[in-house]
Amino acid sequence: MATQAVHDAAKSSKLSSAGKILASDLRRNYSLYLLMIPVFLFYFLFMYRPMYGAIIAFKDFNPADGIWGSPFVGLDNFRKFWDSMYRNRVFFNTLKISFSTLIFGFPAPIILALLINELRSKIFTKSVQTITYLPHFISLVVVCGMIKDFTTETGIINDIIKVFGGTPTTMLNNPRYFVPIYVISDIWQGIGWGSIIYLAALSGIDAELYEAARIDGAGRWRQTLSITIPSIIPTIITMLLLRVGQMMNIGYEKIILLYNPLTYESADVISSFVYREGLQNFQYSYSTAVGLLNSLINFVLVFGANILSRKFNDTSLW
Amino acid sequence: MASIDRTKGQDIFNIFNMIFMVALMLVTLYPLLYVVFASFSDAGRFLAHSGMLWHPLGFSGLAYERAFQHPSIVSGYLNTIFIVVIGTILSVMVTAIGAYFLSRKNVLLQRPIAFLIMFTMFFSGGLIPTYFVVKNFLGGVLYDSLWALIVPTMVSTYNLVVMRSGFAAIPDSLEESARIDGAGHLTILFKIVLPLAKATVAVIVLYYGVAYWNAWFNASIYINDNAKYPLQLVLRQILLINDTNNMTFGVDAGDQMAISETIKYAVIVIATLPILCVYPFLQKYFVKGVMIGAVKG
Repeated sequence: MATQAVHDAAKSSKLSSAGKILASDLRRNYSLYLLMIPVFLFYFLFMYRPMYGAIIAFKDFNPADGIWGSPFVGLDNFRKFWDSMYRNRVFFNTLKISFSTLIFGFPAPIILALLINELRSKIFTKSVQTITYLPHFISLVVVCGMIKDFTTETGIINDIIKVFGGTPTTMLNNPRYFVPIYVISDIWQGIGWGSIIYLAALSGIDAELYEAARIDGAGRWRQTLSITIPSIIPTIITMLLLRVGQMMNIGYEKIILLYNPLTYESADVISSFVYREGLQNFQYSYSTAVGLLNSLINFVLVFGANILSRKFNDTSLW
Repeated sequence: MASIDRTKGQDIFNIFNMIFMVALMLVTLYPLLYVVFASFSDAGRFLAHSGMLWHPLGFSGLAYERAFQHPSIVSGYLNTIFIVVIGTILSVMVTAIGAYFLSRKNVLLQRPIAFLIMFTMFFSGGLIPTYFVVKNFLGGVLYDSLWALIVPTMVSTYNLVVMRSGFAAIPDSLEESARIDGAGHLTILFKIVLPLAKATVAVIVLYYGVAYWNAWFNASIYINDNAKYPLQLVLRQILLINDTNNMTFGVDAGDQMAISETIKYAVIVIATLPILCVYPFLQKYFVKGVMIGAVKG
């Protein structure tokens, strides 16, 4: 009894002292908090309100009844997705496109950076950089428009294929070509820009290391293997982990610009499925459930990647 | 030195490396050159042509004339300029305020607020709930308005983090002395912090500017009125949904198909040229941006 009372008293005095600290902080920094109002409003309205809105995943949402008024259905929407024929298709396609861009798209800028690093002419280096960075600044809509035009039956790519004896087809209508088109155009867009970070890491290598290696009789190839590559491994690992964290997070923008019903079987990923079901077929609750499931998987992956990144070297997002 | 450790193997490598680089530059540039050549080509000859293009076939400005007749190209340009200018100004200001707050010392609620802000980088409500928030915002004021393309994407948390690390690098003493002179937070932010973090601010301006310039998706779900389409959405209509009817009237049916091809290429040039013209001058800021982001990203 007595000890309880003492405990309570201590607790309340702790609380009131915490209150006092808070009050004095608010008094001291009130103008700073006032200044933050636009930021608070933005995050509250456009980041946290949608998180609250995501509970329609557990409801049978009807815009007329509102989020609160719509009937609660538990996990029905998740179950519906789990039992649907689309489950495997969108998961598999997401993984397939992720892995393909990872395997082909991830090493490309590293190799480019290593090769640029070996160039001896300054002007030449500068031109290679300027030109390979360029596609990064062309809007996605224009890139996809170009892809579409180049791959039609009479487009330039088919003209070239014809020269080598192939038969021209409208490639974007063929599910077999979707992933290669996606990956190759991704490399075209990103190889130069992606190399910047590695070039920065390369320029940070101590020149004395090369000096010492040369005195020991190491050739350029030996120097690359023993000095250059090991020096940029931390950067590579960080970038790789960030990439893996985004594994299930293939954006819908490029997909929905390029796909069509003929290629859904190989092009439809989770995010494009959510977009189509939600905003074109008006299955609000169902698509929110699928999106939420995907967000949760992403959250775990990004979180895991960050923990690993912090372990390997001291870089992490926070 | 260089001449001593030069070997035959290295010479061969250097030659192959140069060849590879030239090939890479060609592969990067050729699609763009092709677009330019095609846009100036005579429509009929271009349609009949097959294979690579190394110069315009004939010379015709007709495609450009037609493209500018498209009512949405001009309005799209104006809408995009509005979004880029107003959006970037607002975004940079609000982001600067957030970054300023997060880089202060001795603010009690800073850690929990920082956590709530960072958390949104890892988890979001998703497409559909966000759509309803924007659609029903204040009784629907954003819906079908250009503000729907600015307000809901005003702050990018990534940019906020980059800006904070830029601000954190400024020595405290400068702000201290300003505070002793009686300067408020707004004065310190706009008169001291922003000018001192000029390089970071330039990078953030560019990032927001490019993001607003490229955005098309939100417009496709929040905007119904064609007159309010930003340029990228107009481009999507023309390039990906194949709507060139607006520009081919008065051309007889046989030529319509031909001219609609060259019009598309002209449209690409019109929409991309401004960016490519300013890019070489801004390149170093973009590169700097990658570095700043990498330190903290």
